[in-house]
Amino acid sequence: MNLLPCTIYLSFAGAVLALVAGMKSSAAARAVALLTAVSSWGIALYAAFGFTPSSEFLTLVNVPWIPQFGINYHLASDGISLTLLVLTGLAATCGVLFSWNIEERTGEFFAFYLALIGGVYGVFLSADAFVFFVFYEIAIVPKYFLIANWGSTNRQYGAMKLALYSFAGSALVLAGLLWIYSTGYASSFGLDQLAQGAATLSQGAQITVFALLFTGFAVLAGMFPFHTWAPTGHVAAPTGASMLLAGVVMKLGAYGCLRVAMPLLPAGLDFWQPVIAGLAITGILYAGLVALVQDDFKFVIGYSSVSHMGFVLLGLAAANPSAVAGAVLQMFSHGVIAGLLFAVVGRMVYERTHTRQLDELKKLPLHRLLPFAAVVFVIAGLASMGMPGFSGFPAELTILIGVWNYSAILGVLAALGVFIAAAFTLRVIQVSFFGQSGSRAVAQSSDAAHNHPLPPITWPEKTGAFLLLAATLLIGLKPDLLLDWIVPSLQSPLMKVIFHGGAR
Amino acid sequence: MNTSYAQLAHALQPEIILADGAVLVIAFDLIFGRHRPLATRLAASLALGALTLVAAFIASVFVGPIGGFYGESFVLDSFALATRGGVIVLALLTLGVAAGAKVMRNPAEYVALILFATTGFTLMAAANHLLIAFASLELASLSLYLLAGFDKDRRESAEAGLKYFLLGALATAFLLFGFSLIYGMTGELALPRIAAVLAQCGMSPLPALALVMVMVAFGFKAAAAPFHLWAPDAYEGAPTPSAALIASASKLAGFTLFTRLLWPGLGALAGDSSHALNPGGWITIVVLLAGASLLIGNLAALAQTNLRRLLAYSAIAHAGVMMLGVVTASLAGPGPLFYYLFTYGIATAGAFGVIAVLERNGGCQKITDLAGLSRRSPLLAGTLAIFILSLAGIPPLAGFFGKFTFFALMLRIGGIASPTGALTLLAIALSAVSLYYYLVVLKQALVEPFASEKPTRIHVPAATALTLLAATALIIGLGLCPSLLLTFF
Repeated sequence: MNLLPCTIYLSFAGAVLALVAGMKSSAAARAVALLTAVSSWGIALYAAFGFTPSSEFLTLVNVPWIPQFGINYHLASDGISLTLLVLTGLAATCGVLFSWNIEERTGEFFAFYLALIGGVYGVFLSADAFVFFVFYEIAIVPKYFLIANWGSTNRQYGAMKLALYSFAGSALVLAGLLWIYSTGYASSFGLDQLAQGAATLSQGAQITVFALLFTGFAVLAGMFPFHTWAPTGHVAAPTGASMLLAGVVMKLGAYGCLRVAMPLLPAGLDFWQPVIAGLAITGILYAGLVALVQDDFKFVIGYSSVSHMGFVLLGLAAANPSAVAGAVLQMFSHGVIAGLLFAVVGRMVYERTHTRQLDELKKLPLHRLLPFAAVVFVIAGLASMGMPGFSGFPAELTILIGVWNYSAILGVLAALGVFIAAAFTLRVIQVSFFGQSGSRAVAQSSDAAHNHPLPPITWPEKTGAFLLLAATLLIGLKPDLLLDWIVPSLQSPLMKVIFHGGAR
Repeated sequence: MNTSYAQLAHALQPEIILADGAVLVIAFDLIFGRHRPLATRLAASLALGALTLVAAFIASVFVGPIGGFYGESFVLDSFALATRGGVIVLALLTLGVAAGAKVMRNPAEYVALILFATTGFTLMAAANHLLIAFASLELASLSLYLLAGFDKDRRESAEAGLKYFLLGALATAFLLFGFSLIYGMTGELALPRIAAVLAQCGMSPLPALALVMVMVAFGFKAAAAPFHLWAPDAYEGAPTPSAALIASASKLAGFTLFTRLLWPGLGALAGDSSHALNPGGWITIVVLLAGASLLIGNLAALAQTNLRRLLAYSAIAHAGVMMLGVVTASLAGPGPLFYYLFTYGIATAGAFGVIAVLERNGGCQKITDLAGLSRRSPLLAGTLAIFILSLAGIPPLAGFFGKFTFFALMLRIGGIASPTGALTLLAIALSAVSLYYYLVVLKQALVEPFASEKPTRIHVPAATALTLLAATALIIGLGLCPSLLLTFF
């Protein structure tokens, strides 16, 4: 547990090392990146094995940083952050594996990549709002360069859009935090002191500040109607970066809502609850329907991410223990599954066929040409639809139960969202991999394929895919592993105020 | 008046060293440099200049904070001391920039002028008396006008110098008029006595007129809107090291001078800061200047295609933020203000350092001239990224924490519903807008490929490389540990 802060330092040190190693050779930079990602994941896993679930927000480091403004370098961890730390380690490791083929400016790529990871670890470990914000902003800058430098389709537009949305969101967050600190006369930026300061604000001020903070964070979580950066950004990003974006960066936003906005201002949550729930459900349905009609393979996955993050926001909005625990589980589950889907689309398929247009993919018998990719995608698709046995199922089920208790209509609409997810997932599986499944058509095109065989799937891709598949299966079969961490953490003094009736 | 010349000579050691150093640089060049190549003369002058600055810095540490001296005409408190050290460091950075810039004729005179300007800045830092404030400001300004127009081979430089001089002279006239009104009202020149008299007579139309005059001059010196129009032209046309000095050390000294004039001197006329739009104080004017600068600076910067003009508009926007620091100086002391001014100066001077090197290697006017920089020189691209991100206010770089403190203090002054609160929200919103134009610069430097097939490597002179790395280290170090500077106050 006490080693957890090393994940941050290790990642930043790895970023510098990868930059240096990249000047010598690409292989060295890759090795450094993989070693860094695996060892910080190892630290997270080691902490997880020694973790005894409790409601305590366990302080790891707490030293004065800028005493003049009451800012402490305070890192802490509980079951929720541990869940996300393990996810970050997994996503980072697999992201490196799926970026194995980056040849151009490899050192710089992994430097930005690991700097992003370091910021993400930092956010998940922060217990001081200032520290949280610093890491949150650190995580934004590398995203821009990862996409603009190594991305594909329309990358500069996608990168700029994503960066500006993120910065606009963090400006809202900054305004909200400063508002609480200054007018609430909080003595420090510690989350507990800020909560006390927030309680002294007037009702109207609490509602406004909550709107600032929650909207600011929810932009990054892809909340409708601020989600439009997500599909373009994900599509433009290189595979490793889109795995991280969908896998962990969107979770930063949701985590910010859960850790900062909601506990600090329960009165604001009370007021805005119906609005957030409405936007979340709109996001689920709208993004699902949009995903149904996309022509670009990666856009389908991009919109499916928005739809699935809608479930997270819906779970948070319902604000009862079951729904919120489900939301955290869904963060983990979506992180794994979205990573897998982006890996198949971006790395396994696009970089071999050089097209993501579904009508062109339809002409290729991809299930023959890339059987491994087809199998992985079918399994990932099933997981994404919420089939029992995969992590999506317990997560969405817990959310649905919680939401049902909050409002039956929303529960029904959310269930409809699950059906839409099944529809667009099945459609894309069918069209992309099994577009040519009649025996004659297959024979014809496999002749053509023999003339231009696609490069085989490499070992890093297989390893990454197996890791992610194993994670989604493990949590699908034994969700209690994570729920046992998450549920007690929601009973901590800081967190339990978010539940209905717990308002101070 | 309690005057002790011995004490004066003791306290003004750094200024004496600086002025002597400037003369020495010219004399050395005159005696030994006559028939040598320009580059050698420049190197010798820069080395002498740097030695002088280091000696002056050591002397100013050695003198220490001794409070008021020479009959309260000067004051050496922690703020004055910090500014004195700060402008010397920034002048040193400027010399590093000059080492990498295009070599101009008369290098010794150029270095000597930088030293004279620095003398003016250090005096401005300690001035506690209207006449001394005015004289030191003029010493600095006249040196800067010359520095702006120093490149006699380029018409743009002459234009920059002339424009800067004409508008500066106008501002000086306003300032002198304001000072004479203050003197006429109070019969005093030393700031503490002026404050004592003003505390009794309070606000009336005459002091209001004096305030407006002073604030016009302040707005000009700080390049705050609507008195900002000289800045883009001066930044664009002036030799790069001159622009670096105008943007960094001159800002720091100017804000120190005016903060001292406004708070300890004219504090009685500040007005109620929580209701800033109630007429009746200079805070109202500062708030208006800040709002206008933030809006004009950030919005106009979006449309720029010339890198130097973009930095000029960014400087105008930053002047708006610095104005917030002037308002909040009553609440938290001058520490955060100094931190912001100093780190801003380092980042801007550093950015001009990168431009200077590029200028020598084929020109750098348009933002697109930066394309392929990461291939041509990773050092320049990396340091430029740090400077620009610090200007943009990305943590953990120093630019972020400076802004952060101002925003927090502004909100604490009047709450969210007051004009100060509204101004703060505007500033936060515009800081998100500013990200766009900063990212456009970085996009060219780090993402876009070089225009032609084979990117040519850029050679960075050792002195400039060292300067840029030192500036980067300061930006990161002070950003990670702001307390290093703040505990000083």
